[in-house]
Amino acid sequence: MKGSGMAPQPEIGFEERMETVDFDVAEKPHIVVDGEVCRSCTTRACVTACPANLFVPTSDGGILFNYEQCFECGTCYMVCNNEGAISWAYPEGGHGVVMRYA
Amino acid sequence: MADHAGGESPVGKGAASQPTLGRTPRAGGSGEARPPGPAQFDIVVVGAGPAGSAAALAAAREGRSVCLLERGPYPGAKNMYGGVIYGRILDDLVPAWWEEAPVQRWVTRRQTMVVTEEQSFTADFRTQKWGRAPYNGATAYRADFDAWLAGKAVEAGATLVTSTVATGLIREHGRVTGVTTDRPDGELRARTVIACDGVNSFLAKEAGLYPHTDPGHYTLGVKEVLALPREEIDRRFNVGGDEGVDIEILGATPGIPGGGFLYTNTDTVAVGVIVRLPELSAAKTRPEELIAGLKRHPSIEPLIRGGELKEYSAHLIPEGGYEMMPELVTDGMLVAGDAAALVLAAGIWLEGVNYAIGSGMYAGKAAAEAIAAGDTSRRGLARYRTALEESFVLRNHRKLRRAPGLIMSERMQGAYPQLVCDLVEELFTVTDPERKPGGLAAARRGLKRRGLRLRDVLRDGWAAFRSYG
Repeated sequence: MKGSGMAPQPEIGFEERMETVDFDVAEKPHIVVDGEVCRSCTTRACVTACPANLFVPTSDGGILFNYEQCFECGTCYMVCNNEGAISWAYPEGGHGVVMRYA
Repeated sequence: MADHAGGESPVGKGAASQPTLGRTPRAGGSGEARPPGPAQFDIVVVGAGPAGSAAALAAAREGRSVCLLERGPYPGAKNMYGGVIYGRILDDLVPAWWEEAPVQRWVTRRQTMVVTEEQSFTADFRTQKWGRAPYNGATAYRADFDAWLAGKAVEAGATLVTSTVATGLIREHGRVTGVTTDRPDGELRARTVIACDGVNSFLAKEAGLYPHTDPGHYTLGVKEVLALPREEIDRRFNVGGDEGVDIEILGATPGIPGGGFLYTNTDTVAVGVIVRLPELSAAKTRPEELIAGLKRHPSIEPLIRGGELKEYSAHLIPEGGYEMMPELVTDGMLVAGDAAALVLAAGIWLEGVNYAIGSGMYAGKAAAEAIAAGDTSRRGLARYRTALEESFVLRNHRKLRRAPGLIMSERMQGAYPQLVCDLVEELFTVTDPERKPGGLAAARRGLKRRGLRLRDVLRDGWAAFRSYG
């Protein structure tokens, strides 16, 4: 979409964006991604769809995954079409995302 | 294992005063309502969102012992929504709730906006009636609102246990008799489990109530909460006192079926988009870029300009409505709220919290009645389904079952917003010295320009009439 002549608001960087969200990070990852399965994936749907941008493609064709800043939304396993690539559960009680103004 | 909340908890360690944790089921069955294992509670409610807290409140009022499990450190910590809580269904549960509920603003101005790249057409309704008791809808932070409602359940006698995940169902002889939790020895047995565990409801899935899940029935909602001075919000949105505005936006997510929203809190505004999952992932567009696009729109930008990002959030929404709804009742278990896909995404009506509260309330009542009658089998709990069918919950959902498909259709998402804006632009563009265009001719030209066939438009009109007529 085009602006209306006024200078559009500068967008903040992604890291800065995620810094606005509270996380009480659990020791144990609640989502495990099997990089081997990901190698055969053609869609890589999780990479762009994840609102927290936690799936990063690696140069060797795999996927690097960070669980720490996860919204626990479920988008990744819903859009994933490779059986067994993503094992998804909730983080242990009291941990994970803590929303305050949502 | 990390530190868990509250030593007074009835689950796991520090539960010495509570009987029978994780004991083997007693041999030789007893009455219908009595599960083989000893039940610590009449009812375990999983999830202290609006559905769970309403269920716990309703059941506790009926004199039942209720454990309300919440995986977050407080109720609301995992919850996010698109803007308005409609409180009418609360009248029964919490009389004069508006005097105590933690509300940001009362919605007195409601807008439906249709946008294209550089046009917008808005239906703007305002009534001062919604700004006084008994009110209509309110904006709130879910961390406040959900915690408040859970507190009402606790006041009624329910036991709230936070920071605890229900990791699975306990099933004996084919019926649900409790849940396992992530606390050491944290089995919780009950005569009835009410699953209010949200859009991903692993409990409903484990119970086999969702035969398959179709990503096309789900949308992702992403939202930015932006800080602005209260007076500035009043000025920009033309409201005062604790009046607020809710704007629903169609056409805001180019190429991806969905919509946008913008609403006011006291000293923040929330702006976000909702997009259907398959098309979001196919488009390879990042969700926050869609918000950025909406924020740059000439009709939106002046409203949010200078707002500092206070929190970014994301959540899934079960938008498929009636078509995706699971079985709501099984032996020993009921499902309510988002877990039961009870979100009404019908274009002009976008409601979820009220359906969560309503379904939770009916679930709590039905479970209490079934336990009193000594039958918590599927048949004994079937009153829940009937109550939903007789209430706004399933009446609206059934009537509007075609609405989500219609709203998400290609024409509704792209061609119609363009058509409407073009038509209005043509009518209001002064063409002197040419004569003014006739409305009908303008409409015909508009249809042609957008490649629309009259018969498709009529078919959509008929579908809309069947939903909204």
